[in-house]
Amino acid sequence: MAEQINFQKRSFEFSMLIYDTRYRSTSIQVIALLVFFSFVVWLINNTAANLAVSGKDIDFGFLFVQSGYDINQKFLEYSSQSTHLRAAVLGVINTLVLSAMGCVTATVLGVIVGISRLSKNWIVARIMTVYIEMFRNVPLLLWIILVMAVTVESFPRPNAFRGADPSATMKLFDSVALTNRGIYIPEPLFLNGLGDIALFSNSFSISLDLMAIIAVLISSIWCIKKVKRRAARIQEATGDRPITWYWVVSILVIPTFLLLIALGFHLGYPELKGFNFKGGIQLRNSLIALWVALSLYTSAFIAEIVRSGILAVSAGQGEAASALGMRPNRIMSLVILPQALRVIVPPLISHYLSLTKNSSLAIAVGYMDVTGTLMGITLNQTGRELETLLIGMSIYLCISLIISSIVNWYNRRNDLVGR
Amino acid sequence: MKNVLYVRKEMLAEQSPPLSSIGVIGWAKKNLFNGWLNSILTLISLFLIYSILSNLIPWLLSPTWQASSLNECREINNAIKGGGGACWGVITERWPQFIFGFYTRDQIWRPVLVFVFLLITIAPILIDRLPRKLLLLLVIFPFVAVWLLWGGSIWPQFCSFLGLLLGYCTWRSLKTGVNRGIKASQLSLLSRHPFIPVLITIVVPILWWLFLAPLVSEFLRDIFPLAIQELPSRNFGGLLLSLTIGVTAIFFSLPIGILLALGRQSNLLIVKVLCVWFIEFIRGVPLITLLFVASTLLNIFMPPGTNFDIILRVIIMVTLFSAAYLAEVVRGGLAGLDSGQYEGANALGFSYWKAQRLIIMPQALKISIPGIVSTFIGIFKDTTLVSVIGLMDPIGLTGAIRADMAWNGVYWEINLFIALLFFVFCFSMSRYSMYLEQKLQKKN
Repeated sequence: MAEQINFQKRSFEFSMLIYDTRYRSTSIQVIALLVFFSFVVWLINNTAANLAVSGKDIDFGFLFVQSGYDINQKFLEYSSQSTHLRAAVLGVINTLVLSAMGCVTATVLGVIVGISRLSKNWIVARIMTVYIEMFRNVPLLLWIILVMAVTVESFPRPNAFRGADPSATMKLFDSVALTNRGIYIPEPLFLNGLGDIALFSNSFSISLDLMAIIAVLISSIWCIKKVKRRAARIQEATGDRPITWYWVVSILVIPTFLLLIALGFHLGYPELKGFNFKGGIQLRNSLIALWVALSLYTSAFIAEIVRSGILAVSAGQGEAASALGMRPNRIMSLVILPQALRVIVPPLISHYLSLTKNSSLAIAVGYMDVTGTLMGITLNQTGRELETLLIGMSIYLCISLIISSIVNWYNRRNDLVGR
Repeated sequence: MKNVLYVRKEMLAEQSPPLSSIGVIGWAKKNLFNGWLNSILTLISLFLIYSILSNLIPWLLSPTWQASSLNECREINNAIKGGGGACWGVITERWPQFIFGFYTRDQIWRPVLVFVFLLITIAPILIDRLPRKLLLLLVIFPFVAVWLLWGGSIWPQFCSFLGLLLGYCTWRSLKTGVNRGIKASQLSLLSRHPFIPVLITIVVPILWWLFLAPLVSEFLRDIFPLAIQELPSRNFGGLLLSLTIGVTAIFFSLPIGILLALGRQSNLLIVKVLCVWFIEFIRGVPLITLLFVASTLLNIFMPPGTNFDIILRVIIMVTLFSAAYLAEVVRGGLAGLDSGQYEGANALGFSYWKAQRLIIMPQALKISIPGIVSTFIGIFKDTTLVSVIGLMDPIGLTGAIRADMAWNGVYWEINLFIALLFFVFCFSMSRYSMYLEQKLQKKN
């Protein structure tokens, strides 16, 4: 049965590069690398040749040239005399503001819808199913356009607020005006504010008032953590947990409140002056439409994630907890949610990422995010496709790499160890 | 037992449950009004549904299907109930445009034929009772579809198809040649180097496509001028454009995505790094920036003087985009597989590709069906983004329609119609994937 096998020592042959598993992986990789590099070289050659034909060069100098266009929704100072670089930065800020607003509302809505879809109430569960299918199966761009149409067509014009008997009135104790030019909300003002710090030779400024408020809030939260830790220590030692909620509330509220009084905080209400509202913060229609559409659309996806996360926790967990005599809300917060969150959070964050990328659809309704400024008007004005698209894509790439590294960090921290 | 006065000997007849716990009342009590919170929620929901429907239904039911302009719609609506109804005349007049773009009426048979052929082609994929031989249509379909949609002479498409056929024949003849050649010993070179047939199989069709095919198709065109009217890409629009981009991207992105996923999982460091870079780059940027690249940059990257079709450029970008997403979905499927499957394949002495084809992929793809289909749905929805770079997909067409004096101001009707079109396709795709999932679960 045993067969004699002669292991001859073969000298190296060329064919061993392909057939010998010791060498094959190396040769495949070398070929892959060669193909890749020749492809890159080919692309660069073509690009250089094409640029030479059209008489262009690669030059980022256009960033420091006066832009000459205005941005309608701005959270920093900007005018048409500002540079293209500043326009791009404003675009990035607009993208981030829109995405942050969208993520918050989409999460809140998504959690509500997801839990309601599991409701024992038949009609509520059906309504939520219709909601989810409606938003998931129709393109986002269409939703954005539709919401934009609603805000433009159904909100009154500013001059409807005028006169002795106006056909439209401001909402929420005369503080918010819904018009077809956007929504005006009160803005925070400080009577004796601390002023701003100018950065980068006056091109950006940071409000000291805001900094002070944030600092006070952070230190309050730190103190609250201390209080809670102390309560936990006492609970471990004696079995009784001291009541801490009035400490928590007063530490959170009183210092901030005192600071606001010291700064002379008051709200600047929007007022109708001339043909338009003055004062307050104007949220453009386009921002509102994008915000609402992105939130509704993403919330349908988040709802499904939340639902599947809750269903992923086996029923035995809840039953065991109630057998131990825990109350229903404790079962939810201490047993079900911690296990469901492990399933929910990674896809949730990747939906935040896709919301951020989807916010680039802003260009369809004229909201000036980074796609609209840098990759829109700046590209058209300067004709520098290569440079603007390169910068724009790297900005999005940076945002998404940061978000996905957060996901990886969360996954590593919450990995079940050995199962 | 003496002091027991009465013992029942027989069972009592079963009583029917109380009226309040069966039938409609019981169902409502159990599902709608169990507890005060649920009762309030039910009432709020009912009110919500009523307020939506009472506004929507009169609007939807406006008898304006025959109107030829917005003003006519308003007159009809004012005459009946004091205005406020929808204006459906725009749909009656423009629906061919929404479906077929700018194909003239006498050319519409071509997209219709392609669509019917598409249904026949995907039928064996959807229904597994049909004979497997029908899957061969998948190979023929792209060529026929391109010929029917863009028109022109049939011979260039025919010759490209011949290239595929040529590759297959080369492979078969070399294979049988190798098997016989072991005896004949003339073909010993081939039998010692199984790599060579693969190389020849790849090289022969490429040579054919590059050098011979243009000549042959030219020659054939002169002998048999079999051609239909040539239609330029700007005729593409509406749902036809969305379907062309979506179906092509779906068709090509699945194999590319699988290869990328395998590359990302492989032990070859350089291949792995290249795949990871590609996937992360594509997934990290919005599709719209890739479409900007397609519309402005792609021609710069090509050799000077190349100027290829905008639809083709968009299709390339959308395919790459969807391939990167599919790669991640398939990678999830691969990661979900038990490592025993890989070890089993190794123990049986399967080569890498054989193991992938027969053991790993069938299971990994089965796990990832929901993800794959939802990526497909996402891609189909994302085809609407091409309206931003000026192509006339349904959303792009709305602007063109509103530019018409007769329909200036029509908004909701066309958008609702487009939403319905997309909903039908996406919803049926997602239902089909659920059905497939259940069917595959039953099989196990």
